[in-house]
Formats: sequence, structure tokens, C-alpha cells
Amino acid sequence: MTEKYNMPDEHGHFGVYGGIFVAETLIPPIQELNEAYQRYLKDPDFIAELSDDLKNYVGRPSPLYHAERWSRNLGGAQIYLKREDLNHTGAHKVNNTVGQALLAKRMGKTRIIAETGAGQHGVATATVAARLGLECVVYMGAVDVARQALNVYRMKLLGATVVAVESGSKTLKDALNEALRDWVTNVDNTFYIIGTVAGPHPYPAMVRDFQTVIGHEAKQQCLEMTGRLPDALVACVGGGSNAIGLFHPFIDDSSVAMYGVEAAGDGIETGRHSAPLSAGKRGVLHGNRTYLMSDEDGEIIETHSISAGLDYPGVGPEHAWLKDSGRAHYVSITDTEALGGFHALTKMEGIIPALESSHAMAYTMKLAPAMKKDDIIIVNLSGRGDKDMHTIAQREGIEL
Amino acid sequence: MSRLAAKFEALSKAGRKALIPFITTGDPNPEFTLPLMHAMVAAGVDIIELGIPFSDPMADGPVIQRASERALEHKMSLRRVLALAGEFRKTDQHTPIVLMGYVNPIETLGYENFADAAKRADVDGVLTVDLPPEEASQYGALLKARGIDPIFLLAPNSSDDRIQKMDAIGSGYLYYVSLKGVTGAGHLNIADVEAKLQQIRANTRLPIAIGFGVKDAEVSKTIANIGDGVVIGSALISKIEANLDNLAVAQHEIIALLTAMRLAMDT
Repeated sequence: MTEKYNMPDEHGHFGVYGGIFVAETLIPPIQELNEAYQRYLKDPDFIAELSDDLKNYVGRPSPLYHAERWSRNLGGAQIYLKREDLNHTGAHKVNNTVGQALLAKRMGKTRIIAETGAGQHGVATATVAARLGLECVVYMGAVDVARQALNVYRMKLLGATVVAVESGSKTLKDALNEALRDWVTNVDNTFYIIGTVAGPHPYPAMVRDFQTVIGHEAKQQCLEMTGRLPDALVACVGGGSNAIGLFHPFIDDSSVAMYGVEAAGDGIETGRHSAPLSAGKRGVLHGNRTYLMSDEDGEIIETHSISAGLDYPGVGPEHAWLKDSGRAHYVSITDTEALGGFHALTKMEGIIPALESSHAMAYTMKLAPAMKKDDIIIVNLSGRGDKDMHTIAQREGIEL
Repeated sequence: MSRLAAKFEALSKAGRKALIPFITTGDPNPEFTLPLMHAMVAAGVDIIELGIPFSDPMADGPVIQRASERALEHKMSLRRVLALAGEFRKTDQHTPIVLMGYVNPIETLGYENFADAAKRADVDGVLTVDLPPEEASQYGALLKARGIDPIFLLAPNSSDDRIQKMDAIGSGYLYYVSLKGVTGAGHLNIADVEAKLQQIRANTRLPIAIGFGVKDAEVSKTIANIGDGVVIGSALISKIEANLDNLAVAQHEIIALLTAMRLAMDT
């Protein structure tokens, strides 16, 4: 019997990864947040309110759907889709924002800020802020504002102020920089809802804890539907929140293989990708030590992916740890392959996945045929594809 | 005694305060920096903070962000900053140099390699914005073993406990960030700074340099009366940005501002 998995340590370290790497002004609010998070995670009233919101507002549990036709077509393992696309706002992101917003409310914060890439986290944040009547400012790279116009409009409808960030590469990493600058300026009344399992401790652990509802449900549903645990889990990895949400409850189940799928963009060999676990090196950015895409001088490299939600040079520190420990495998899928996954699921099952999730679908198309017909794969369908219609049409030369 | 400690001791004896300019190394090009450093010394500055350009300067306002971007366009890097600091030292053995930047370039070079290189360049202090004491014990020890002062930030919301931590791990001086915000922000409150300095002094005997939000001679005089040193960055870099087509004017305006500050602080 091996020791039960219990990361991170009290300082937020996953081995050498994680930690707290921020300017001094952010130390007190991070300590305050950590204390609140530790307290409320054990508070029965908080847990009851969170459970109620997840059930009645988010619409949980999300189904575990046996994609029979697609499984047959691929001719290998049985594929089960964890339908996070059916959540309110259309992605897994809301699991976390509902939780953090409840924390913000209990901590007496009146103003919410967030960063967003594809806009899913921004929408999920604007949604909960609207519901609680809190001021909301969302930072989004100017490049992403252009390619995710629909989500920008949704956030504005929900009452959020969307700030287009013009610095650096004008994508998710720059949105995070700008959100940190806002936080350092408005620490007293502002709660920063980080959307992924990155950032300074306690964010990687806290966001994970809010997202593990995915894996807990999937485990129970799989046992009920098939009488056993799955053989493999597949999820896309940008920052890595949907993947860790699915993986974490299975870490001690050593028979379950885990595959995190990074964005290979134009191909790892071209350098134009967003795959730090596959082709990056150790570094420190945005409050934690992890795998990063940086050059020989430690400057962060511009990333590329067709999917705005995966277009990030870092990755959550727990994934870095899971990679080094060998417990999870990290693979990558190109833009073109992801589009293949997108079309396959759409045509085979009548489900239009987000471009982010399409990376997981594309890897499943490689993995399933190599497995036995009675093997089980759970794939996290982390979001729906409505937001990506323009991107895909444009890429395929279709005018809408 | 380190060059920084000696400098603050000499200033204290003379009843003067340290004038500490911050410039981003290689902004707007690598050739501009070294002559500017010597000119600043001639204008009476005491310590020079050399910014290490970084692609993601999270604690900086737009002025220093753009300075970093200009420097990076010319492929300025930590290695080249160290080389330039070493070059400066060949002709100036007296003015302390403090490198200021973010941790990833140092992490990438390797902490021990960096400490060795900083020693070779005869750098006096290093301030790493996103490396708080909790994560800095190995780094701090490596620097101190080579006679280099690890310099830490204090913020308006730092507790007694935090200040004591910085006092224990830091040396040379502590850098008090005078406002909640990024570099170059415009809402410095003198009464708040005064009150905070009392709390800081009660917890450390290290000299305190005050920065963020210092824009002109008048503010520098007021700040000098409270702390042991005044740091000015964005206001200098603004002069570069306003004169990119005529860098002689940029240098002239920087020197004029520093001269006015020096005069205001000394009278």
C-alpha cells in the first residue's frame, strides 16, 4: 500500500513546483485568502451552499455519456464523455467561479477581477458576479478580444467591464499580468478569481479543489454504469484546471492511466505551440514555479494555439509534479489534429466541442484504437464549441 | 563592509540621503545605458538600480513595461546586464550597483551561476521583485556568501512579522514600496508613508529606501526627510520615452531632473 497522495505541502509546494512568487504587496491578501479557504473548506454552511449552487445553478451533476457510435467507429476502447459542456455558461470554468465567488462574499470583498483567454472563465466570472451583485472587471488580451468577440459581448451583457490588454503578446499571459497589477492596486476590496490551477498558493490547490467535482462524479458514474474504474482519462491542458479536476480523484488508483493533452499549435518542431510540459523547461511565472516556455535568457516565449484557452506559456504546478513523478502522461495535439477531433465528435455524436476540448478528442482518436474493446476511456468534454464558430469557419475559408 | 553599507554610513554621517535612480538596462538601446550611468554619478546620485528587462513585468506600470519591451527588442538579457555592470565598474569603483528584476531570468541562469556572475561583475545588491523571503533562503545565502546584499521589498500592508523577516534575510537596505500599486502610479500619500516608516523603523535598523510614485524634486525632498534614500524610476524613463528621436535630449532631461532632486534633497 503506497502513501495516499497529499499535495501540496503547507507552503503550496508540489515537490519543487508551486510556491508563492509574488511582489510583497500581494503577500497579505494571499495569506488572507489562504486562511479563508482553509476555514471555509471545512465549514458545513459553506459546503452546503456550494453544493446547492452546483446543483441548482450550475446544473450538476453533469452526465457521463457513453459515446457508443464514436467508440464503434474508432474500433477500440469504449469512450465516455464527461459532459462539462452542459454546465451553465457552457464549460467547466463555472465550477470554480461559483466556489471562489462564495469565498469572496464571505470575505466581504465587493469587487471581482479575473483574467480570461478564450473568454469562458471571464463569462463564468461575470456570471457569478452578476448573481451576487459584485463589480466585475475582466482582463483579456487584445488578440483574444478579437478572436472571441461573442464571449466579450456575453461578459458585457452580464455587466462586466472587459479590458483589452495591449501589452506583450496580447494574450492570456498578458491578461494575467494586468489582473495582478489591478490586484496589487486594489488589494483592500478586490478578490482575484484566477481561472486555472496556476498562480501563487493557494490558487493551484483551491481551484483544483473546486474542480475535483468533475472527477468525483465521473468516478461514481463510471462505477454505476460499468461496475469498474476507467482504464484511461484524457483531458486538454492549458493551465490545466479541467484536467486536474478529472485526474485528481483518481491519482491513488494506479490502474487508471492519465493523459494530459497540450496544444502543439503548428507542431512542436516549429516552436509555434503552447506545450510547456512537452517542450518547455522549469521556471517561475505568475506566482509559481512550473514548466514554462521561455528562451535561454528566461524571457517568456510567445505561444500559439488555434484555441485561445490553451494559448498560455505555463501550466499548473501540480501537472509539472505529475509529469516528473510519471503518474500522468503529457502529449500534444496540433491545430489541424484538433480540428479533426472537433469534426469527428460533431458528426459522430452530434456534440460540438470547444476547440480546447477538441484537443482531448483528437488524442482520444489516437488512443482508443490501440486499446481493447472492453477498455474504458473517460474524456473530459470541458466546454461547448459555440464560441469557436467564427474561428473554425475562418480557418476553413467559410464566410458566415 | 559592503559598498552599500559603507555608502549609507557615509551619507548618514554627512546628514544626507541617498538618491537612487532606476533605469531599465538597454532602454532604448544598449549603447545608451553606460554613458547615462556615468552622467548620473556626475550629477550626484549615490546608488544605481539597473533594471533587468523581463517579458512579463507584473509589478510594473506601463512606463517601465514599455522600457522593458524596448530593451528586449535589442536582445538585452540578464547576461548582458551583468556584462554592462562589469563594464561600469572598470571606471567607477565607488558607486554601488543594484540589479533589480524578476526571478525567471535568474532561475534560468541558475542561482549559483548568477551569484558567481554577479560577484565577477562586482555588483553590490540584487532585488528580485517576485521572490519573497519564503522562497529566497537559498538565493539569499548564495548572494551573502559572495558579499552581495539581497534587497527585499516592504509594502504598505506589510506586518511587523514580515518586516522582521526582511530584516533577518535582507541586507544593504530595504526598499519600501510607498503605495499599493505598480511602479509609476500617482497616488503617493505622504502622511501614510510617514506613519508606516515609524512601524518599519521599530522592526529594523537597515536603511530604508522609498520608491514608487516619486516624480519630482519636491516629492523627493519630502520623502528624503522620511527615509534614508529616494528611488526614482518611471519619471526618468518617461524622459527617454518622450525623446526617442533625440536621445541626447533624453539624457539631458534625466540629468536635469536628478540635479534638481539632489539640490532639493540637500537643502
